[in-house]
Amino acid sequence: MARKNSRPKVDRRKFLTGAAVAATATAVKSSAVNATGAAGATAARMPSALPPNAQTIAAETTTPQELSRIGGVAGSDFMVDVIKSLDIKYLPANCASSYRGIHESLINYGGNKMPEFLTCMHEESAIGMAHGYFKASGKPLMSLCHGTVGLQHATMAIYNAWCDRVPVIIMGGNDLDAAHRPPGVPTFHSAQDINALVRDFTKWDDTPVSLQHFAQSFVRAYKIALTPPYGPVMISLDAGLQQEPIRRNGEEVYIPRYTPTSPPQGDTGAVKEAARLLVKAQNPVIVVDRAARTENGVRLLVQLAEALQARVVDMGGRMNFPKTHYLSAPISAVNNADVIIGMELSDFWGVVNSYIDNGEHGIGINRSKIKPDTKLISISSVELNTKANYQDFQRFQSVDVAMAADAEVTLPALIEAVQSAIPNDSKAAIERRGEAAKKARTEGRARTLQLAALAWDASPISTARLVMETWGQIKDLNWSLVASSGNVSNWPNRLWPMEKYHHWLGGPGGYGVGYGAPASVGAALANRDLGRFSVSIQSDGDLMYAPGVLWTAAKHKIPLLAVMHNNRGYHQELMHVQRLSNFRNRVANLGNDLGPIGTSIMNPDIEYHKFAESMGWWAKGPIKDPAELGPAIREAVAVVQSGQPALVNVWTQPR
Amino acid sequence: MCDQIIRLALAALVIGVSFGSDSVFAASAEKGKAAFLKYGCWQCHGTQGQGSVATSNGKVLAPDPLPYEAFSAFVRSTDGAMPPYSVNVLPDAELADIHAYLASVPKAAEYKNIPLLSR
Repeated sequence: MARKNSRPKVDRRKFLTGAAVAATATAVKSSAVNATGAAGATAARMPSALPPNAQTIAAETTTPQELSRIGGVAGSDFMVDVIKSLDIKYLPANCASSYRGIHESLINYGGNKMPEFLTCMHEESAIGMAHGYFKASGKPLMSLCHGTVGLQHATMAIYNAWCDRVPVIIMGGNDLDAAHRPPGVPTFHSAQDINALVRDFTKWDDTPVSLQHFAQSFVRAYKIALTPPYGPVMISLDAGLQQEPIRRNGEEVYIPRYTPTSPPQGDTGAVKEAARLLVKAQNPVIVVDRAARTENGVRLLVQLAEALQARVVDMGGRMNFPKTHYLSAPISAVNNADVIIGMELSDFWGVVNSYIDNGEHGIGINRSKIKPDTKLISISSVELNTKANYQDFQRFQSVDVAMAADAEVTLPALIEAVQSAIPNDSKAAIERRGEAAKKARTEGRARTLQLAALAWDASPISTARLVMETWGQIKDLNWSLVASSGNVSNWPNRLWPMEKYHHWLGGPGGYGVGYGAPASVGAALANRDLGRFSVSIQSDGDLMYAPGVLWTAAKHKIPLLAVMHNNRGYHQELMHVQRLSNFRNRVANLGNDLGPIGTSIMNPDIEYHKFAESMGWWAKGPIKDPAELGPAIREAVAVVQSGQPALVNVWTQPR
Repeated sequence: MCDQIIRLALAALVIGVSFGSDSVFAASAEKGKAAFLKYGCWQCHGTQGQGSVATSNGKVLAPDPLPYEAFSAFVRSTDGAMPPYSVNVLPDAELADIHAYLASVPKAAEYKNIPLLSR
C-alpha cells in the first residue's frame, strides 16, 4: 500500500507546486526512462508463434498492477544524483521506514554504489563507523536514520564525532505533514524539528522543503563538514519529499558544484610573533593534539620541531609526531618550558595545569605545572566553531598569542617565519638543545621498557604484554591501530614505533564509551580498500554497548584484528566508587565481584569469543596464560590477512 | 617458585624486625594478596603492584615498597590522587599483610632479557 497519495494532482505542499524540474543531470533523465520501463509501456512482446511465458500469461489474464504509483520520477532519485556527485563511498545505516524513499532509490536507481549501503544494527554503530572511516581515509561517509528514535540512538556517536572534529553527514527521515502522514507508529516517529536533538553538537543543519533546496543543503552540508574544524552535519529529510515525483513546471533543478573551502590560516602578524617567541626561547615545547590532519601535517611538525630542536608532546588525538623521533617527549616536558605552543589542543588548561580529585569539597587540588612566566601560544580552529551548551571547550586558559586558525595549514608559514627569525649566534645553542633531547629520549625509553617488563608473566595478563604480543605479530605488516578502548596505560603509543599518520587514529573525542568497536570496523573498511592491516585493542565494556557491529563487519567482509582488553569491569567507574567509599570512610561493597557493586562485568563472565563466532568472526579465548597469547594472535592475523575479521578474547590486568 | 618462597620468608622477616609486635609478626603475604584485592588496591596498582601511568601516576609498589612506617603513613593520610584508607576501612593487620605481599612479588626480569622488549 502506498504510504500516501503522492501523485502530482495531490499537491501536498503548495510550495512545491511551482517548483519545476527539468532534468539537468543525465542521471535524472535516465531515471525517467527507468520509470517508463518499469511501467511496462514499452516492453517488447515475444513473437506470437511462441507459447506465452508465465509473465505474459499473468499480464494478459490478471488485473494489471499499477507498477509505478508516483506518476513520474521519484524525488529521491534526484537526491541520489546529488549524493553521487560528492563521491561518498559507503553509507552505514540501520534501516527505517521514514527514509524508505531514498533507501529504495539508493539501492535500485543508484545501483547500491557510491554510496554502498552497509547494514548496521544500531545507529550508534553506523555513526561510529563513519567516524573511524574518516580518520583512516580522510573521506567522509553519510548515514541515514529514523529522525526520532534512530537519531536518539545515534546521538552519543555524533557527540563523539563533534568532539573529535570529524565530519559525518547524517540524514534523518521525518514525516512533517501531520495531515497526511500515517497515524500510529510513523507519527510517534515524527517531530517538528528533529535536528534540535543534535543542534548543540553539529556544525550545521537544515530541513529542506523542496528538491532544489535539498540539493543546495546537501552540498552545503558536505562543504561545511569538510571545512576545518571538521564536524558532523545534520539534514532532516521529509518523507513526503522523498516519495513525491519531480515536477516539471519550467524551473530546472540542478546539482550545485562543490568546491572545497580553504582552511583558515593564522594571521601573518600573529604567526611572526609566535615565531619570535619560539626562537627567543631557551626551552620551547610544542604540544599537539589534532594538529596533523594528514600525513603532510606530520612532516610539517617534524620540520618545525627540528628547526627549533624543540621537544614535542603528542597528546594523541591523532598521530601527529613520530614516536621514534628523538624530539618526541612525555607531557612532563612542559614543566620546564619557557614557551609552549599548543596546536589544536582539546584542553590547553589541562596541558599546563593538574587537577587531583582528592575529595576536598568536591573541587580537588588545582595546580599549575608550568613556570609563572612561561609564554603560551595557541593555534586552534575550534575557536571558530564553539557552541555554548556542551562543555567540550574545557576550562578557559589565558594565552599570550591566540590564533583562530587551522594548525596544519598555518604550519608552512610558521616554519618559514621561525627559520627566518633564527639568528646565526643561536644555532649552536639550538643544536645543544637537540643533543639534550636525544639523551633524554634514550633514557626515557629505557625506563619505559623496564616498566613494561613489570608483571610480564602475570595472569590476568598485563596490558604491556597484551600490547607487545600483538605488536610481535603485526610489526612486519602495513599496520594501522584503529582504536584502543578501555585504557591500556597508553602502551601502544609508548612502545610501538608509530611514524605514519595511519599508525594511530586517536580516540573517541567525547569519551563516550561504545566508540571503539564501531570506529574500528569503519576504519578497517577504509584500510581494507587502502591495503592496510587493521588492529584494535577492544575493551569489554565498549564492545557490549552495540556488539551487533561485529555482524556488520562479517557481513561486509571487513578484515579487522580485535585483541580484547577484557578486564571484566567498567574500570574507570570502579575506581570512582572505590575512591568515594574511602573519602566517606566506608568499605566498598563488592557484592560477590572484584569491584564495587555495579561496576564489574563478571559472574557470569561474558564469552566474547563465542558471540563473535556466532556473528561470523573467527575467534579464540579466553586467553589467561600469557604464554598462549602470541600464538593465538598469530592465528588471528592469518585469518585477517585472508579477509575475515578475527577476535582474541584476553583476560587482562585492569590498566 | 623457589624465588617466591624465599621472598615471602624475607618479607615476613623484614616486617617482623621492623615492628616486633605479635600482630605484625604474623604478617602474611598470602593474606596480603587477598587483602590487596579485597580493598581495591589492585584497581589502580595492578594485581602485582606494577602500577600504571593511567591510574597510579606510574608508581610501582612492588617488589620494593616503602618501609612499612612510611607506607602506612601514606596509606592512612594521603592527600593526593590516591584516596586515604582509614583504619576503619583497612585494619592495621591487613595493611601489614598487604605490605608483606608487595615485598614478596618477584622482581621483574630485565627488559633486555625479554625478546619482545629488547628489539
